[in-house]
Amino acid sequence: MRVMVLVKATDDSEKGASDPTWMAQMMAAMGRFNDELRNAGVLLMADGLTPSSQGKRIAFDGASRTVIDGPFAETRELVAGFWLWDVKDMDEAVAWVRRCPNPMPGPSEIEIRPLN
Amino acid sequence: MTAGETHQAIEAVFRIERARLIAGLVRVVRDVDLAEELAQDALVIALSEWPRTGVPANPGAWLMTAAKRRAIDAIRRGKMRERKHEEIARELDDAFDGAAEAVEAAMDDDVGDELLGLIFTACHPILSADARAALTLRVVGGLTTGEIARAFLSSEATIAQRIVRAKKTIAKAELSYETPRGAERAERLPSVLEVIYLIFNEGYAATAGDDPVRPSLCFEAQRLGRMLAGLAPEDAEVFGLLALMEIQASRLPARIGPDGALVPLPEQDRARWDPLLIRRGLEALARAQALGGDGPYALQAALAACHARARSPADTNWPGIAALYDRLRAVAPSPVVDLNRAIAHSMAFGPEAGLRLADEIADADALRNYAPLPAARGDFLFRAGRLAEARRQFEAAARLTHNVRERAFLLARAEACG
Repeated sequence: MRVMVLVKATDDSEKGASDPTWMAQMMAAMGRFNDELRNAGVLLMADGLTPSSQGKRIAFDGASRTVIDGPFAETRELVAGFWLWDVKDMDEAVAWVRRCPNPMPGPSEIEIRPLN
Repeated sequence: MTAGETHQAIEAVFRIERARLIAGLVRVVRDVDLAEELAQDALVIALSEWPRTGVPANPGAWLMTAAKRRAIDAIRRGKMRERKHEEIARELDDAFDGAAEAVEAAMDDDVGDELLGLIFTACHPILSADARAALTLRVVGGLTTGEIARAFLSSEATIAQRIVRAKKTIAKAELSYETPRGAERAERLPSVLEVIYLIFNEGYAATAGDDPVRPSLCFEAQRLGRMLAGLAPEDAEVFGLLALMEIQASRLPARIGPDGALVPLPEQDRARWDPLLIRRGLEALARAQALGGDGPYALQAALAACHARARSPADTNWPGIAALYDRLRAVAPSPVVDLNRAIAHSMAFGPEAGLRLADEIADADALRNYAPLPAARGDFLFRAGRLAEARRQFEAAARLTHNVRERAFLLARAEACG
């Protein structure tokens, strides 16, 4: 089954500012994690997203389309990065996420959503 | 979390580690069966300890340590067979002498190579292709014998027996369990790729059974192919095979019609092809070509890519396909390639070109009772306006095919010749 694994944004990631030393260490650890995913045949795709200040939303209501510029509030609901994985089941996806290095310096969340 | 959920979570962690665990253990104990048993023992220990302690930070290293301790215990109790025990016990002891981190670091370095070694061993040419497939799915893919039996429409006893025999053959031949290097590696790689593609095709082309497609086997093969590409990133044919499987698998959603029958490629709804897999396939193909890939898998992947890139059958680059078949015929000659080459040339350069090439292979023994040959000739003749001859070819093809739907299709084409 395919799952989308979403790294949720934090105030820091939305500001686009993290301690460079911490970032470098995280990126190195994340690189090793991605290698593991690749060697296990799990990884289909991975990428990071820019802060929501770079994004736009289009609001739909009947015939109307309204473009809303970022940044967006409700930071915890925003996405900072994602993977697409091919796994046997949800348990395997959870086991992989558990061994992911901390994606953010402070508390953060990763969400797993199976694809249809 | 309930105890059951905890149990399930631990087993999921174990599944991720299992192949690498076996790969590391088999280097030391030199026995696939024993390595599997020790890995299983490590799982039992984890199931009793992790609910209390939590999953350790490096579960792979933890499980390896637990399994190696069990191995030492077993040796000390004199339960292991045959010679070499002293040597193995010494090796295991050495592994514990260094600082824990040093052991972990060393294991991390070797882990990819060990896994690759296990794959090469499970796919060793001394084993039959069926035995290689079953053993690879068991020790590398982590499938149970029951799952493998269901996938191959065989009985569990047959598959279990096949795996036992394969392990015995490996033990008897005293294989090193190491990744072959240089010329030997080049020589043995095809037998690894062959097994993975066999597993894929068993799922994709389902030669037997009620379901014409069994996607779970395709999934296992793709996973093995992706794994291999991660572990052997410099082998063009590894990426060629991966590209071929990803592109073929991209068509799975469009391959079965509402009546459950296979839909031929030109009639498939291309909107249902999986764009992610096409993209992955094209990327893998580009990698294979950058590595100089001109082997049979890279060429077949390039052929599949020609179809994947065409937005409609009419957009198909037939001259490109014909040229690829010319090259494929040079590196992997076979009567079936010759026939497909004739079809490609007929599409690129007209039915007469197809007929000329089909005439060249008309007497090939391998194609004597092969329905697709008269079916293709019938199509060339039909398109050339030679309807009476076309009719005879379609009728001959209908007599040769064992597939009911195909027979009906061919008879309808014969009928259309008037």
